Amino acid sequence: LLLPVFQASKYSSLWPLPQKVQISEISFKLSGTSFKIVDAKESSAGSSCSILQSAYRRYYEYMFGSAKKQWGGKNRRADLTELHVWITSPDSECDAYPGVTSDESCESNYASCLETFSQLVYEDEYGAKNINSSKISDFPRFAHRGVLLDSSRHFLPIKVILANLETMAMNKINVFHWHIVDDQSFPYLSRTFPQLSQQGAYHPYTHVYTPADVKMVIEFARLRGIRVIPEFDTPGHTQSWGKGETDLLTPCFSGSKPSGTFGPVNPILNTTYDFMTQFFKEVSTVFPDTYVHLGGDEVDFTCWKSNPDIQKFMEQQQFGEDYSKLESFYIQRLLDIVSTTQKGYLIWQEVFDNGVKLKADTLIHVWKGNQQQYQNEMANVTASGYQTLLSTPWYLNRISYGQDWQGFYKADPQDFKGTDEQKKLVIGGEACLWGEYVDATNLTPRLWPRASAVAERLWSASNVTDIDDAFNRLSLHRCRMVERGIPAEPLFSSYCPHEYKGV
Amino acid sequence: MTSLTSLIHSTICWRILKGVWPLPQSFTISSERYPLNPQAFYFAYGKQSAAQEGCSVLDEAFKRYFSLIFPDYISGRFYSEAIFILYALRVSAGQASLKAETVWGALRGLETFSQLVYQEDFGSYFVNKTEIEDFPRFQFRGILLDTSRHYLPVRAILKTLDAMAFSKFNVFHWHIVDDPSFPYQSRTFPDLSAKGAFHPMTHIYTQSDVRRVISYARMRGIRVLPEFDSPGHTQSWGKGQSDLLTPCYRGSTPSGTFGPVNPALPSTYKFMATLFKEVSSVFPDSYIHLGGDEVNFSCWKSNPDVRAFMQKMGFGTDFTKLEAYYMENIVNITTALNKTSIVWQDVFDYHERIPKDTVLHIWKGDPASYEAELSRITKAGYRVLLAAPWYINHISYGQDWQKKKIHIPFTGTEEQKKLVIGGEVCMWGEYVDATNLTPRLWPRASAAAERLWSDEKQTSNVDKAFPRLQDFRCKLLRRGIQAEPLFVGHCKHEYQGV
Repeated sequence: LLLPVFQASKYSSLWPLPQKVQISEISFKLSGTSFKIVDAKESSAGSSCSILQSAYRRYYEYMFGSAKKQWGGKNRRADLTELHVWITSPDSECDAYPGVTSDESCESNYASCLETFSQLVYEDEYGAKNINSSKISDFPRFAHRGVLLDSSRHFLPIKVILANLETMAMNKINVFHWHIVDDQSFPYLSRTFPQLSQQGAYHPYTHVYTPADVKMVIEFARLRGIRVIPEFDTPGHTQSWGKGETDLLTPCFSGSKPSGTFGPVNPILNTTYDFMTQFFKEVSTVFPDTYVHLGGDEVDFTCWKSNPDIQKFMEQQQFGEDYSKLESFYIQRLLDIVSTTQKGYLIWQEVFDNGVKLKADTLIHVWKGNQQQYQNEMANVTASGYQTLLSTPWYLNRISYGQDWQGFYKADPQDFKGTDEQKKLVIGGEACLWGEYVDATNLTPRLWPRASAVAERLWSASNVTDIDDAFNRLSLHRCRMVERGIPAEPLFSSYCPHEYKGV
Repeated sequence: MTSLTSLIHSTICWRILKGVWPLPQSFTISSERYPLNPQAFYFAYGKQSAAQEGCSVLDEAFKRYFSLIFPDYISGRFYSEAIFILYALRVSAGQASLKAETVWGALRGLETFSQLVYQEDFGSYFVNKTEIEDFPRFQFRGILLDTSRHYLPVRAILKTLDAMAFSKFNVFHWHIVDDPSFPYQSRTFPDLSAKGAFHPMTHIYTQSDVRRVISYARMRGIRVLPEFDSPGHTQSWGKGQSDLLTPCYRGSTPSGTFGPVNPALPSTYKFMATLFKEVSSVFPDSYIHLGGDEVNFSCWKSNPDVRAFMQKMGFGTDFTKLEAYYMENIVNITTALNKTSIVWQDVFDYHERIPKDTVLHIWKGDPASYEAELSRITKAGYRVLLAAPWYINHISYGQDWQKKKIHIPFTGTEEQKKLVIGGEVCMWGEYVDATNLTPRLWPRASAAAERLWSDEKQTSNVDKAFPRLQDFRCKLLRRGIQAEPLFVGHCKHEYQGV
């Protein structure tokens, strides 16, 4: 095994790489005792803007956290004492929630992009903080840059969700796709249907997300410019729903008798749609994002096929033996229900593949197949005029021995045969960390820095592909995450000046 | 024995045994159970016990196991009453006794006892009527940590030792130095770490760090086996000891790079003798690991002085002979220091002349290859350790713990079989440091622990082992070990960190 040898990059430790960056040799000294991040006079945001005020404190801590501890002694000479943050748009959107159309660009001499600025600060051999004169102009290539976490296969305590939101912000990830419930457990405490978690969670008190927990996650994310898109996946992946909501799932039959087991959501009962109406009404008020993910993946038809009432219904509807028509029937009604709550929706690719009628602003989430297959799917979806997200090459739960971040870095969501119009319909992608083998004990090192590779692919220009330069910058970025208290695992044999302090 | 086996197969037994890992060799457990009161419970030394209060290993252990058994209970006392075998544990109404020949057996027994105690939903503690007689299948049950590819803070090493004790591992193989860095701060050759560590102040193990690790391990009945691997894997050594490594040549001029240790210079052996003299006194275990793996010959070949030496010694162009010459010298050095050597299998494969009591360490190949190697080595009369199936740094998607419970393949006589003294789980450090060491190591290493301790027939069924290992993993979480999940599910008390 040839050791990749670390060398300093001319882009220092910036991650993701900004669209345009020039770093000069001129360095300025910074001192924790005198440095301030302030609103520029001309800024449309002021001291009441909580997003910025809390960000100023957070970034000050990142930059001077270790040095701050040196009290007393002479006032260190500092060349640069202030960062002026200038929000140029008349509507600063201080109290708003981030959305898919949010403007995330920053022009600068010293970045209104705080994260980038904090990445330019470095320690010299005397331990003093420095920053080089730089010119940065930055904006993301894709508007939707997400991470999926799964809190159903394993319950994820709030602490680990928040720590990972913090890390997403360090990587300019701006969407937290919360796959909150699934077959194995239902930890979401619904105020309309409290029985769902009472019966469906791993434990009704210790393994649930209360409304306060959910609010905390949403606000914590908002302050970091991260959207929270919940996923309530149906009609498959719903075993845990049936524990607290009898008659929701289809009873499977063994011959002419119920077998005692249950299948996907029962699509032929009116009660199903009454339930979904009330449930998604609540979801639309609890989660402020304009989009919600409705799932729709991996529906197993065997249970439906076994149920005599469903068989009768299939006849009545003249669906024949084609159960994907029944699936479409359900999804169609679900989408209509959700539309009335004024939300847009994301769905997994099966829904598109099965020919369901979708609204024009539906986002189709591609997750299946090998490279050839997902590239074809991206082409097909965009050719049909739909916006799309890519996740297939970024299933981070699939671990393997070695530096697999390189494979994630190389994948490109616009890498398929299509017109420019089609390529414009690719609004981004998501790194998925499914939870079968993941919980708080191993989530963070498994996610980072591998997800950072995805983060750069989604932010930086398409021609940023030099894997050696990426290795150099990512090694430093990884050490920076560790320094900020995040147990991001190593890329290869190496060391960080400040190793991880936890165990 | 037959009444035992019928009880073993009853389902009640398996449910009660949940969370007991590794599986004891023989046991009877009834459903009769007794409540335990943490305020009244204490450990005591038996009247006839050769160990009494003042025996630091057990005194410490009683304190430690008390808090492990009663995790919610603060303020415990310990006194003592334990009698020993290796070990026999008996729990009946009003009385529990543990018998072991030495304190090490007692430690194992205490661990098992601590795993038998459980809490009901309302928090009360119980233990069931039990009779256990236990002993390990193999004497040597080790874990290798690599502190050269990445520095591991002492805290991470100590945490690993804690977790090792929970699975009855008893050897910590400390692969302390290698190519990328030399963190061991030698008192005789301080330049080795001053120039060879990743950072001479923050990424080193001082003598007191090493002493701390050794004493922490000893309290848990764990031996510390140091490895100073040579002649390959020594790039970092050359930074602080010039002339130690072979200068590589491009044609007739030095290329600027260096290869393995230079076997042609007397200064090499003088240095090694002095270094190993220090290592022998710093590390009290009677065994020492000398490495000897993956020696690349191209640098030796390129060096004219080395080639000349080959001629002088009559080795011709067979560089395996040169490697053999080097290793034999090193083994002689450590033998003279009264240490038994362990070396990687490469040394045997290259037909080197080594003392009969040298232990060979198998690390290469698929089951067919290492089965063949096991036969070969034991046929030649050498003791052998197996690591090949347990390269736990090789991660993959899914439940790979099942593969760690594999059957140990062996073809040979009973005499030969006795020469297989144990095995080792290796956590090489290329992709591992304190951020991901613990979840990567546990509970996967525990699967290997059971293969090395328990009876193979009783512990081959992975379906039966799954719930027991899942429960054991939740116990590890409760004890502050960040062990990762086996599959979907939950623990009553989840890990609350990041």
